[in-house]
Amino acid sequence: MSVAFRIIPRLDIKGPNLVKGMHLEGLRVLGKPEDFAKYYYENGADELIYQDVVASLYGRNSLHEIITKTAKEIFIPLTVGGGIKTLENISDILRSGADKVCINTAAVNDPEFISRASKMFGASTIVLAIEVIIQENGEYMAFTENGRNATDRNAISWAIEGQKLGAGEILITSVDNEGTGCGIDTELMSQVTDEVSIPVIAHGGIGDKSDVLELKKSNNISGVAIASMFHYDFITFNRSLDGYDEEGNTEFLKSNRVVSNINPSTIKKLKKYLSSNGINSRL
Amino acid sequence: MSNLFSIQNALESLGIRAIVTSDPKKILSSDGAILPGVGSFPEAVNQLHQLELFEIIKKFIATGKPFMGICLGMQLLFSKSEEFGVTEGLDLIDGSVISFANEAQIKIVPHVGWNNIQINKENKDNPNNPLQTIKDGEYFYFVHSFYVKPEPESMNVINTHTVYNGFKFCSSVIKENMFATQFHPEKSGKKGLIILKEFFTN
Repeated sequence: MSVAFRIIPRLDIKGPNLVKGMHLEGLRVLGKPEDFAKYYYENGADELIYQDVVASLYGRNSLHEIITKTAKEIFIPLTVGGGIKTLENISDILRSGADKVCINTAAVNDPEFISRASKMFGASTIVLAIEVIIQENGEYMAFTENGRNATDRNAISWAIEGQKLGAGEILITSVDNEGTGCGIDTELMSQVTDEVSIPVIAHGGIGDKSDVLELKKSNNISGVAIASMFHYDFITFNRSLDGYDEEGNTEFLKSNRVVSNINPSTIKKLKKYLSSNGINSRL
Repeated sequence: MSNLFSIQNALESLGIRAIVTSDPKKILSSDGAILPGVGSFPEAVNQLHQLELFEIIKKFIATGKPFMGICLGMQLLFSKSEEFGVTEGLDLIDGSVISFANEAQIKIVPHVGWNNIQINKENKDNPNNPLQTIKDGEYFYFVHSFYVKPEPESMNVINTHTVYNGFKFCSSVIKENMFATQFHPEKSGKKGLIILKEFFTN
């Protein structure tokens, strides 16, 4: 036996709502983050990720209240990202109750920030988040601002540098695949896991349980962050709009449409499937 | 990791009143104590000396009241650590703290995620052992780059083992009123909460 493969629901949060988009934009409201979080915690989630998707709009991360609420009832690791720019931001987020923070833009703008954060809070607290878009020449390029701003950094080299600077984990998002359910970019994930010796979490494109199996079988990845496949399952029986703010695009939720290319699944079903295929999963 | 407030939240969700403090009077007058830890071993030892807690912790433990160490808090109970050069710990358990990086079979450091425990049969019936209702093979959350290695004469403190990439290491210890885990009970869901409850509501 060894350490289990981690299944991590990722909640994109905009104000009071959990949202879901495609390629990290076009956000639909799906419900209240607390409801999703509690359900996932009680049904097999290994960790949770909360991403503030409008942090760059407001110039800061605004999730402190929901983090504090979560920390009182949910006792698995919580990672928070979105708009985290200073050591003080990190301290505030941790004090609110988070266990780890994701940084992207701030690290790209000032790589030494990773070192300072790692020294102050411990390497295992600092996750370097890399958003990746394939270029015309086939190269994997790192982006910031939810995949909107190109950097001139090769994603693989940046991951290697991130480890050297003191990041404890790397979260790789394939922006090309994110929200589409077309499967994960296993080539991208392999290239990263081949080059670093810290845990790597894959994110972007899981649409079916078999995508997760393919991901894990093809490389030494430590975990996978999943949004669509779990959220669209939860709303099949939790589609009420009671008590939600009227802010945001609630059209999808009000209709009864489903998303093509996504085969909704629960965490438990996914883990049973992985386990029966030889992948060590915490059941 | 090792957010002090996570531990406080976990205890309070169990109805156990908890304070976060470095005040010697408050520590000594408490019914139980937890030593967590974040950062490096030498840094933590430095801070404990600065706050004059090195002796206070030993004094508390001598009272026989329940004392739990978590993660770095467990490592600090040992004689010494090789993290960033050799540093002396509280020396309440004979043994050393050693890096995973020395083990060739371990490819990814730190050890992060849920892993299982195998309970040492000799300690299973110890009435102070909060793992009595926990099954062999149960998963708990780990995040660490160093592990503890008790001296041969102290092997009886080993409560559980865990295997990472084929490498077996000690994942919790029990000695008199001391209980300590390499994993984080406050981050290990319902099973972790059971351990906290069992140890502090005895």
